[in-house]
Amino acid sequence: MLDALSRPWPWYVAGPVIGLFVPALLLLGNRQFGISSNLRHLCAAVVPGRVDFFRYDWKSQGMWNLAFLAGVLAGGFIAAYALGAGDVVITPETKAILTRLGVHDFSGLAPREIFSWSNLLTLRGLVSIVGGGFLVGFGTAYAGGCTSGHAISGLAALDRASLVAVIAFFAGGLLCTYFILPVIL
Amino acid sequence: MIRYFALGCLFGIVLLKSEAVSWFRIQEMFRFHSFQMYGVIISAVVVAGLSLALLRRAGVSALTGEAIAIPAKTLGKGYRYWIGGTMFGVGWALTGACPGPLFALTGAGLSVYLVAALAAVAGTWAYGYLRPHLPHY
Repeated sequence: MLDALSRPWPWYVAGPVIGLFVPALLLLGNRQFGISSNLRHLCAAVVPGRVDFFRYDWKSQGMWNLAFLAGVLAGGFIAAYALGAGDVVITPETKAILTRLGVHDFSGLAPREIFSWSNLLTLRGLVSIVGGGFLVGFGTAYAGGCTSGHAISGLAALDRASLVAVIAFFAGGLLCTYFILPVIL
Repeated sequence: MIRYFALGCLFGIVLLKSEAVSWFRIQEMFRFHSFQMYGVIISAVVVAGLSLALLRRAGVSALTGEAIAIPAKTLGKGYRYWIGGTMFGVGWALTGACPGPLFALTGAGLSVYLVAALAAVAGTWAYGYLRPHLPHY
């Protein structure tokens, strides 16, 4: 059992478990499954400034979600140290293309050549970590949701706005994969 | 609160074990080389959608006694979804992580992702500041 849990979970196990977060949160307290709202709650809690967008009662609206987010952080820790997070086995096609683009270290969950403290201040480190993180925060706040809020909760509710958002997520991802990564890697 | 924390823990574990947190897997997804990520998203949507239909039909309310309601979003011309969504997509491919994974990876010991998570908070703050000047619907 533990052996099966410690190997990577196939999509037909992981996907349905993720889907069940939508009804679980609704049943628990009529809460909408969505992670990116937490970025707004964090701003409201720590640096609201004079920005209207951050002046609301984040404790009553967002404390449950911040508790959920703290759990995600703890869950990452538990999974990595108790269940093991080994190397990710990707398809040879992807590996060949990434090698050609300049990625050589395929150990772990993300390439160390970009995602490590020693590479943070290189061009590709800065663009990927700081630039990428900034766009994740700006884009999800602007679009009003991320993969969990739009792609899972929104599509499950057959919401047309969420469908547009998800199409745009992929358009942005493809744009970056084919036009930005070849330049910065 | 402890229940939400526990559910969050489970979500963090699933994110890691499905490898949805991996930059390599996200690259594989955007290059259409593997079904793993599509399988995760599609099966999650199907299970969530069927659960919603069941909840609606059964007319159950939340444990707190509140009626379960899913507010519909306004689409309009969709500026916020097109522009914001594309920006997020670029960030997703750059970091290899959406908001949940940024925190799950930090917990998993890839501590440099904390910088990406803080940059995401800064990005949300910048949006909040510029919001009155941006087209939305």
